[in-house]
Amino acid sequence: MAQAYSIERSTRASRITAIVALLALAALAAAPWWAGRADLRLLGEVYSFVALATLWNLLAGYAGLVSVGQQAYVGFGGYALFALAMFLGVHPLLAIVLAGIAGALIAIPVAPLLFRLQGAYFAIGTWVLAEVFRLGFAQVSSLGGGSGISLPAGVVAGIAASRPLREMLVYWVALAIAVAAIGFVVLLLRSRIGLALTALRDSELASESLGIDIWRTKLLVYVGVAGLTSMTGAFIFLQKLRVSPDAAFSVNDWTAYVIFIAVIGGIGTIEGPIVGTVIFFLLRETLADLGTTYLMILGAVAILVMLRAPQGLWGWFAARTGLTLVPVRRRVVFSDQSK
Amino acid sequence: MTILTATGLSKRYGALTVTDNVSLSLGAGEALGIVGPNGAGKTTLFNLIAGTVRPDAGAIRFDGRDVTALPARERCHLGIARSFQIPHPFSGMTTYENVLVGAAFGRRASERASEARAVEVLELTGLKRKANTYAGDLTLLERKRLEMARALASDPRLLLLDEIAGGLTEPECVELVATINGIRAEGVSLIWIEHVVHALLAVVDRIMVIDFGRKIAEGEPRAVMESQQVAAIYMGMDAEMAHG
Repeated sequence: MAQAYSIERSTRASRITAIVALLALAALAAAPWWAGRADLRLLGEVYSFVALATLWNLLAGYAGLVSVGQQAYVGFGGYALFALAMFLGVHPLLAIVLAGIAGALIAIPVAPLLFRLQGAYFAIGTWVLAEVFRLGFAQVSSLGGGSGISLPAGVVAGIAASRPLREMLVYWVALAIAVAAIGFVVLLLRSRIGLALTALRDSELASESLGIDIWRTKLLVYVGVAGLTSMTGAFIFLQKLRVSPDAAFSVNDWTAYVIFIAVIGGIGTIEGPIVGTVIFFLLRETLADLGTTYLMILGAVAILVMLRAPQGLWGWFAARTGLTLVPVRRRVVFSDQSK
Repeated sequence: MTILTATGLSKRYGALTVTDNVSLSLGAGEALGIVGPNGAGKTTLFNLIAGTVRPDAGAIRFDGRDVTALPARERCHLGIARSFQIPHPFSGMTTYENVLVGAAFGRRASERASEARAVEVLELTGLKRKANTYAGDLTLLERKRLEMARALASDPRLLLLDEIAGGLTEPECVELVATINGIRAEGVSLIWIEHVVHALLAVVDRIMVIDFGRKIAEGEPRAVMESQQVAAIYMGMDAEMAHG
């Protein structure tokens, strides 16, 4: 018997999105030729926040693991990069990848401890973990102790032959990290694990009864996110050229802003964190001169969005237009039925 | 050959004993009906067999293996699937994807085999037309049908159905009975908790009556349903008055 059905995943909108995204990616990859040095730096920062928000969103929006301690991995990645580059002479760009692997490895023993905690207790536990990391790295005098350390000029010069080339390389690495983070989330959600993840988000009871290993699924997501967050952290501090415990494990910079981005963009959507990052940087670049008033405006925007569009701006938009740019759902089409 | 044996199952919540020393055994391919008033502990018995809840005492053997200590997901992999009395759909997924979860994780089948099984089950349970509807948008009856479809997709050897006929119209009920008899014909063993007695009688080989967590009667369906104990429970009379 011929197969009387087919499984479709893409939609018209998603095919157009794929083309637009590729064009945008090509344009962004060419930025060193059309953007100034300051713009490249800013874009690098934007990419790192796209990555952080996308990863946090996977954790909170899909796996139900609301962490307020992802700065643990940002800081760990930063310090890992400095240690690898300074003590072992590893090329900084390679060190970013190694920092990611180290972050994932450290998450494996950490996860079982945190997973014993539920809901709000889990959130607090992640924060405590980040503080433990901060206090731990502050004790390492060879990494500058409590006051931090700068990346030696020799290491920086070792990235590439000339300064423009170095800045170009660093920029591309940032772009690659953002693309990797988004790609990771999309591929994961489209896979078997994604099916399990969406199922257990809706009902853990039914998931367990249908044979899904909840613990292992969450562990996989937590470890994957930890690894990529550490890579992003390594990049962030390579760009900053200086790391200190307070900057590396800042709950404000690496978690509060990231949650702000995910919440205003739309938790539980792939598009949300990207939209949120753009809005966040627009606000920051136009209002940052206002000092504390800027923070008050950020707070007001967050409150307004949460009240008026609890699904975030992208969630609000998607609900009205029915538009999904990145398809993770499956449609079954029967050949004996017209659509 | 017996597929399921439960001996001396007990479960207490504080001072309340919801399952009180219940034993049962089920032959391969057999269908057992469970009746009893609301709050009698029928669903708890399912929770114990499926592994959602651990018993305080007693043991459960499935297919010759002691499964008392196994979590629900591993019992599912061995072939025990259940529907929930109160539907727990994966609301953010389509009906097809809900069923796919059952197919993909129950037997740990390949992607293609799971897809084929999911589509097959959608047709078998009459949910084909709703395949691409989000489960959150289904009616209550459709959600109950989805509960059964999802469990069935895992290709169980023992299927536990918890009150899936309530609220159906007569033609729907006939259709459901036909579907369940079709499942039985494939050799699946069945335990079915149901208040709609005539639907139950059209399917099961044996009926067990539970009241206050205890097994109070068991045997040939019609004989049990016409017995004094059942009359007493369902008519609110005690046994002497019923026969007095």
